[in-house]
Formats: sequence, structure tokens, C-alpha cells
Amino acid sequence: MSVPAPEFAAPGFPALEVRDLVAGYDPGLPIVNGASMTVRPGEFVTILGPNGAGKSTLIKAIAGLVRVTGGTVRLGGTEITGAPAHLMARHSLGFVPQTENIFALMTIDDNLRLAVGALPKAERGARMEAMYALFPDIADRRRLMAGRLSGGQRQMLAFARALAVSPSVLMLDEPSAGLSPKLVEQVFTKLADVRRTGVTILLVEQNARAALAVADRGVILVEGRERHEGPAAHLLDDPAVAELYLGGRRRAEGIGA
Amino acid sequence: MSLQFLVDGLLVGLLIGLGAIGVTLTSSILRFSNFAHGEFITFGAYAAWSASFAIGALTGGTLPALEPFSFSVAVLAGGLVSLVLTALLALILDAVLFRRLRERGSTIVVVMASFGASMALRSLIEFAFTSSPVYFTRDLQIAHRFGHGIRVTPDQFALIGAAAVLLVAVHLLVTRTQAGRAMRAVSENPALARVVGIDAVRIVRFTWIIGGALAAAAGTMTGILVQIRPGMGFDLLLPLFSAAVLGGVGSVPGAILGGVVIGVAEAATVQFVGAEWRAAVSFVLLIVMLMVRPRGLFGGRA
Repeated sequence: MSVPAPEFAAPGFPALEVRDLVAGYDPGLPIVNGASMTVRPGEFVTILGPNGAGKSTLIKAIAGLVRVTGGTVRLGGTEITGAPAHLMARHSLGFVPQTENIFALMTIDDNLRLAVGALPKAERGARMEAMYALFPDIADRRRLMAGRLSGGQRQMLAFARALAVSPSVLMLDEPSAGLSPKLVEQVFTKLADVRRTGVTILLVEQNARAALAVADRGVILVEGRERHEGPAAHLLDDPAVAELYLGGRRRAEGIGA
Repeated sequence: MSLQFLVDGLLVGLLIGLGAIGVTLTSSILRFSNFAHGEFITFGAYAAWSASFAIGALTGGTLPALEPFSFSVAVLAGGLVSLVLTALLALILDAVLFRRLRERGSTIVVVMASFGASMALRSLIEFAFTSSPVYFTRDLQIAHRFGHGIRVTPDQFALIGAAAVLLVAVHLLVTRTQAGRAMRAVSENPALARVVGIDAVRIVRFTWIIGGALAAAAGTMTGILVQIRPGMGFDLLLPLFSAAVLGGVGSVPGAILGGVVIGVAEAATVQFVGAEWRAAVSFVLLIVMLMVRPRGLFGGRA
């Protein structure tokens, strides 16, 4: 599947490149232990793996939320290793955390206004309208407290919030966690829509089948490093992979690693 | 029955509200109870008093009072100087004390440090200005009569008006501006605030500036209304915290409403029960609120 490279990615560089990344909450106990991966511009990559493999910690480390003690992260050719999280939005990296990914005590409108604050003033209004156009579910209740949205709508607002800054790469931590099967389908359909706008996507998922159905490529993380990777369709059919990580040891959805 | 307690209570309540906003913002954004906030009020009052003196002297003697009010232009200018100085005091105290302890991650240590800062500031102020009270003016004022036993002095009118304007301004700042939204964001979810691109260091600084400036306003206005003494802010500490808890920690309108409820309850207690029970009012309201509805009137979270 060929997708044109988004205009904001520097030509010739991967959208996101992680080399030998070491990261964790306790310096003596790295959870991500030498992980490497490359995501090309416009690509949709999903990180899979058993519980505790360090999937969530990996993207949190990329987002600047977990301390990095080794290795490098490059975004479109620019090194951003260990940059403070609040600068990531300005580096055009979007992140949707797994839980509490919206400001429940604020209106939908205020959630988006906060997000576009990272953009130049002149672009803010148009960008908010673009988000409301992309996510019609939340557009007609702008003045509603975000905490009163349903689970699926919350996820839409979280996506809109992260996409509001026109990120070149969007990272998501288990967006299907805790949702009903019908809503999971909606979430993944939306992600497919989003990638069609040219955004590179890096997705961490427990729900491997749903993720591989929409992704181009899957990376399987075990004990903090990549163990296996390949085209999504191939991984889905690989009996060894399916047995080890996707079926045999599948845990209840929603329990993050 | 005289309804005088409503006017007295409203004014004192608005002043408590001005101080309680600082307490509620520090509690929700910096996540600790700042016991030194009372001393910001005292410092603000003395700073305004000193500045008004200096301004009066620079303009060649004492400026006349702005009839019908008791205060002069020098007092107003001194109040403005005090807003800046008290905001600076808050920033300095954070830079040399609170920030270092906060980075080590133990809330209780920061709270105890604020208690120490409170005592140190109070003693320094007493050392510099003695324990005898000072006054912006000793002029007596003729009160207007409004029936039902209500009498209001021109100063009381002016102070109620000024407090109301300040409170509305802060409310608009917090609800309608990007900085205000960022403050609410850090208060609700600091990690997500970082993800959204908010620089927490800037927001913390902004919070101290607002809290310090409002404390200075409360101190200056209390000074105009009553007198200025080294213990004035410390005596307000319990009402400040009660107001913040009553309104719901983190809520600006809540702090204002909490302040007014406490102010009116105190004034009613003084009028109908006895002045010696006044100090118990805040305490009783605080305990009742913590037992019945700990998240407060406007609190978003339990």
C-alpha cells in the first residue's frame, strides 16, 4: 500500500527512528532494553507483545514521559532523545496516553483550545475547525464537559487533541482498551481515516488482531527489545507468532504492559 | 433584627475569598497546602503601607484623602506597588525553598517548610515594624444608613467594589485565557498537561504571581478597613483554608463563595452569639464540610 510522504517530514529521513533505546522508571531496572525500530513517513506500525514487554514504556520514553538512559530517538532526522514532554508537541510528535487522555473537567472546546496553544496564533482557529470536521461526533457538543462523554467519544476527543497540532507522527497507547467490540471497530476505522490524511502512526495494542488488520507492519517486542517484525498480513498468519504472542498468552484486554 | 452582619460579612468574606484563591490554586497546581499564604497577606499590607508613605513623602508631604473615602492616591499607588512586591516575594520563596523540596517529591516536607517560612516571615515583619498596629488613616467615616439597621461607610463601598472587580477579573483569567486553561490542565492532570505541550514551570510561576498579588490586595484592603499588624495574615489562615475547602479545592468561584459564606457566618456569630465565638466559625464549617462533602461545593473530584 503506497501512501505519499507527508510534506512536513524531512526528505530522506525516517519519520521516527529509535536506536538501542534504554529506558525505565528506575535507572537500575530498564524496562525498555536496547529497542530499535524505524517508522517510514506515512507508515502505520503497531507494536505488539506479551504483557510486561515494555510496549507502553517504549512509546512513553519516545514521548519524553519516561527517563531515557541510553540510545537515541530521531523524529524526521532531528534528534529528540530525552527532550521534555512539553516540547514534543512543538516537535510535531502527537501522543495519546492509554488512560486519562482528556481533561474531564474541561469542555471539549477548552480541551482543543489547549492543544492548539502549541501552534502559532493565526493557525489555531482553522485547526480546531479541521478537527471538528474530522471528528463530527464531538463537534456538536463543544460546550459539554469532556468527562460526560462516552468511552468511544472520549477516544475521539483524545485523537482530536493529539492531532490538533498537526503532528508528523501520532503515537497511541492501547486506544481500544476498555471499549466494547463495536467501539473498538470504530476506533480502528477512525485510525485508518487518520492515516489517510498522511499522518504516520505508531500504535501500541493488546488487541493484536484488530491492530494488524489496519496496520502496514507489526513489531513484536519481548523483554524490552524487538524480537520479530514483518508486514501486518504476514504476522497475522505466522503460526509461531500467533501462538506465542497473539493467541496463546492473550490477557484480558485493557491491561497495559 | 439588624441586617448589618450581611454587609460586614460580605466585605470580610470577599477579602477572605481573595486570599483563598491563592490557597486553592497552590493546593491544586503545586499540590501542597501553603501555610505561609497568611504572611503573604501581612507582607502585602505592610508593603502597601510603606510604599504609600514613601510615595507620600516623595510628593511632598501627605496627599489629601480622596473624599468621601479615607484613603489617598498614595495608598492606592502603594497597593499597586505591593501587588508586585508580594508576587515577587512568592516567586523568591518558591525559588529558594519550595521548588527544591518539591523536586525531592515529598509533599509533607514542603508543607512543613511553608509552616517554617510562615513563622520566619511573621517574626521578620514584627522585627521590622514592631508588634504595635499601624494604620493607613485614623479618620472616622460617616456611614450611610440603608434601613434594617444597615450602615455602610464609603470605604466599605469602595472595598466591596474593588474586591468584586478583582474576583471577576481572576475568574475570567482562569476560564477564558490560554494561561488559565493551562492552569486548570496542570491542576487536573499534570502528565497529560505536559503531553499537550504545557510548560509546568511557567504555570507554577504564574500561579505564585496571581496568589501573591491577590494576597497583597487582601492585605492592603484589610489594612484600609481595620488595621495592619504582624499577626493579621496568620489569623486569617484558618478562614482561608476553610473557604478553599468549602468551595472545593482548585475552584476559583468556590473560593470566593466559600469566603463569603465564612465571612457572613462569622459576622452573624459576632452579632447574634458573641465575638468570642468568631474564631470557631471557620473551624466548625471546615470540619462539617470535610465530613459531609469533602470535595466542596464546586469540586470536580471526590
